[in-house]
Amino acid sequence: MAADTALLADPRIASAIELVWHEADLLDRKEYQEWDRLWAPGGRYVIPIDPQTKDFAATLNMVYDDDRMRRMRIERLTSGYSISAVAAARTVRTLSRFVVRHRDDAVVELGSAQVLVGHRREETFVLGADVTHRIRLDGAGPLIEEKVIRLINSDGAVNASGFLL
Amino acid sequence: MNAPTPTGPTGTDIATLVQDDRVDVSLYTDPHLFELEMDRIFNRTWVWVAHESEVPNAGDFKTAMVGRQPVIVTRDRRGGINVLLNRCRHRGASVCEAPRGHANGFTCPYHAWSYALDGKLRGIPYPDGYGDDLEKKDFPLHRLKVDSYAGMVFASFDHEVQPLADFLGPARHWMDLFMKQGAGYPIKVQGEHTFRFKGNWKIQLENTTDGYHFPIVHRSWMSSVDAETAEMLSFMTDEKAVTHALGNGHSVMVMVPEHVDLDQDDGTEQLQERFGHIVEELSREFAPEKVRRIVRSLHGAGFNLNLFPNVAMSMSFFRVLRPVSVTETEIRHMALGLDGGPEIVNRERLRIHEHFQGPFGFGSPDDSEAWDRVQRGATAGPGLPIMVNRGLPRERHEGDGRVSHATDETGMREAYAMWKAMMTDGR
Ligand code: FES
Ligand SMILES: [Fe+2]
Repeated sequence: MAADTALLADPRIASAIELVWHEADLLDRKEYQEWDRLWAPGGRYVIPIDPQTKDFAATLNMVYDDDRMRRMRIERLTSGYSISAVAAARTVRTLSRFVVRHRDDAVVELGSAQVLVGHRREETFVLGADVTHRIRLDGAGPLIEEKVIRLINSDGAVNASGFLL
Repeated sequence: MNAPTPTGPTGTDIATLVQDDRVDVSLYTDPHLFELEMDRIFNRTWVWVAHESEVPNAGDFKTAMVGRQPVIVTRDRRGGINVLLNRCRHRGASVCEAPRGHANGFTCPYHAWSYALDGKLRGIPYPDGYGDDLEKKDFPLHRLKVDSYAGMVFASFDHEVQPLADFLGPARHWMDLFMKQGAGYPIKVQGEHTFRFKGNWKIQLENTTDGYHFPIVHRSWMSSVDAETAEMLSFMTDEKAVTHALGNGHSVMVMVPEHVDLDQDDGTEQLQERFGHIVEELSREFAPEKVRRIVRSLHGAGFNLNLFPNVAMSMSFFRVLRPVSVTETEIRHMALGLDGGPEIVNRERLRIHEHFQGPFGFGSPDDSEAWDRVQRGATAGPGLPIMVNRGLPRERHEGDGRVSHATDETGMREAYAMWKAMMTDGR
């Protein structure tokens, strides 16, 4: 069976994927102020613990940020006062294996696999995650409305981090 | 006849490694000492395994560790709590790999020996092969001794261990005070963060009673919270912020003196503005005093209670440590809520927990970095001691034990005195 390449021909999908790749680049370069500009007002940034949960507000998460928390987080990571941020790993991440979970003229929801390779003091490590981006397309440019990062080890031991996923 | 001087396998006299004001750096780095600790501390004393709310009903279970040995904590049909070694009596397979759940019993996946919730061996497939030689009653899952206080469940491999109440001693009073953060509701565990750091378990044991690091390591967290919360935790120069040594290695560090007993309210404290929406919602259902009582408890108790060797009751969460190796430790920060309490309160408590705790919190990663740095630094200068002398000149005796300021190292000295006693008792 031939692969269906129609998705890539859809400009809505193409611009959503481009946004996800651009975001990954900003996060790897720790350009957090610029990353903040990718977000739609009221956007949610979530790293849940429970692999099944959809009700993030009612459960404990690793990250559950509204605009205010996200901006405080950026302030924390860029102010130079956090010893873990100063010592954070260098990272490169790949997002691929895109799946379109929803698409209309206003919103695209994309699933993807993220493989992050990090290096910090003598050690290289890998973090795998299933990521969902809900992206708004009906403004001047595409913006992230919700990002949910489901780490494959979310309910196990996740090492403390001074960088963002 | 004198008992031989207790020594580590390397021949050091362990008693010399811990002095009143300093400890030897090999306590963080020597794998032989680590093996001895597993044997003489974690395999002998009371080790915390669960809070009762984690196994509320018959058939509920969770898996846990006592030192390096995996156990299952179960609630049986009679309401009793059992702590069972997670090891089949046939050829040793683990009988349960789920972190928590509900079951009628445990059937080993290898040859299907099946066990009841209290560990009794219930069934063996094709028993003929054993003739009359195998008595089921001789092969239950190995049971640890279990006891609990204030909902905190502890287990010990030593069935002759001193009674839990005696071991906890004056710490029991603080456990009761800690549970008052339920504001009349029982406390329940409502989620946990798990992470590891590359350092010795005692580095973390020290940290829960280390007020000295707070404004330094947590500067970025302090600047992210509102002024009221920062003010509440500005105990560095508050004379009422004290640390008590409670005996048997336990200690308590008071950071918010006015929240030590949450039932006491002189009415002067302003409720934090950030909780306005909660006050508003609760006021529809509850009288003003009750609303005030609940909201004053949102940040938990005003102290950290450190229970030797592996659990702390820290403001609004439990901090559980598990030694993995001499240079690796696993930490759980368990978020607490009000069992049957208002949902808006439990959610707020989750958000407060997320803000500080966990691998992506605003506090834990900075603690974790500091602990890593202690372990890395400890490989330098093997002859240089770790200093725990802060506050010695101002330490005084009061009631049950020694007291000094919350930024002093009295709690660490207490823990190391217990470490020394257990490591050298010559058994
Ligand atoms: S190892 Fe458990 S039944 Fe054989
Ligand atoms: Fe800390």
